[in-house]
Amino acid sequence: MSVTRVDKDLDRLTLTLVADFAAPVERVWRLWADPRQLERWWGPPSYPATVEEHDLSPGGEVTYFMTGPEGDRHRGWWRITSVTEPTALEFTDGFADDDGKPKDDMPTMSVSVRLSEREGGTRMEMRSLFDSREQMEQLITMGMEEGLKEAVGQIDALLAA
Amino acid sequence: MVVDELGDETVDRLFHALADTTRRDILRRCVRGELSVSRLAEAYPMSFAAVQKHVAVLERAGLVTKQRSGREQLVRTDPDAVDRARRALDELESAWRGRVDRMARLLAEDPGTGTSGPGGAEDSGTGTSRTGPSATGENDEKEGPER
Repeated sequence: MSVTRVDKDLDRLTLTLVADFAAPVERVWRLWADPRQLERWWGPPSYPATVEEHDLSPGGEVTYFMTGPEGDRHRGWWRITSVTEPTALEFTDGFADDDGKPKDDMPTMSVSVRLSEREGGTRMEMRSLFDSREQMEQLITMGMEEGLKEAVGQIDALLAA
Repeated sequence: MVVDELGDETVDRLFHALADTTRRDILRRCVRGELSVSRLAEAYPMSFAAVQKHVAVLERAGLVTKQRSGREQLVRTDPDAVDRARRALDELESAWRGRVDRMARLLAEDPGTGTSGPGGAEDSGTGTSRTGPSATGENDEKEGPER
């Protein structure tokens, strides 16, 4: 509906997504610039985000955690690389440990967002790329392992019962 | 999510392969590059044969492949890099599609003019229909038990 175009570049590990919204550019910008707005869309419904720090200036940081169904917390951060209010934002997105310290061994993504006026609404172009192939591979293995580990845990629990 | 696409037998093999700490560790190590079985074996307090056995279990589950390189057997996690890249980007896409949907819903709730900054008065309830793209989204807030 809102998503107009999606392009995946397998060589460059890049996702480009274009979406059109029926709202002014300044309003769409606020989705990013207002932490209370940001936390309403960043995490999926089962893992809502809580934004702690939110400094959208070059070198600034956004820190957040997502809370899972079991109360489990997953911390993340953005490091802002460039801002042109209200039309452009670039940042690195990564994982953090429980103390909020960036995990160096975990994958990071470079995200860039452009907003422009289009037919009375706003076009958002978002590009997100894995900073390294190695990290991408790691993420996949983790996801796979995670899911299967959970299942194995459940089976173990059944067998122990 | 990945599990859904696989048959029972494959899943059994996967579960068995991943239910062991050493095998999960091997998997992690081999993502970072190819290691020979003998190099791998150095990392564990067990015999070469035992490590080789673990690798064989992972191989049967389709989690690693072995490739001959000179006199060495190199182990690497999931050989199909293109497939893995596609999977990663697919997941990223679905995450962003979800985000865009939620963004659109927020905008429908509060189309705003954008001029009032984050510190401005919360104009919830007032003037929601000004630039609003039709009155959808209104009923998204509560998941009615009607269905």
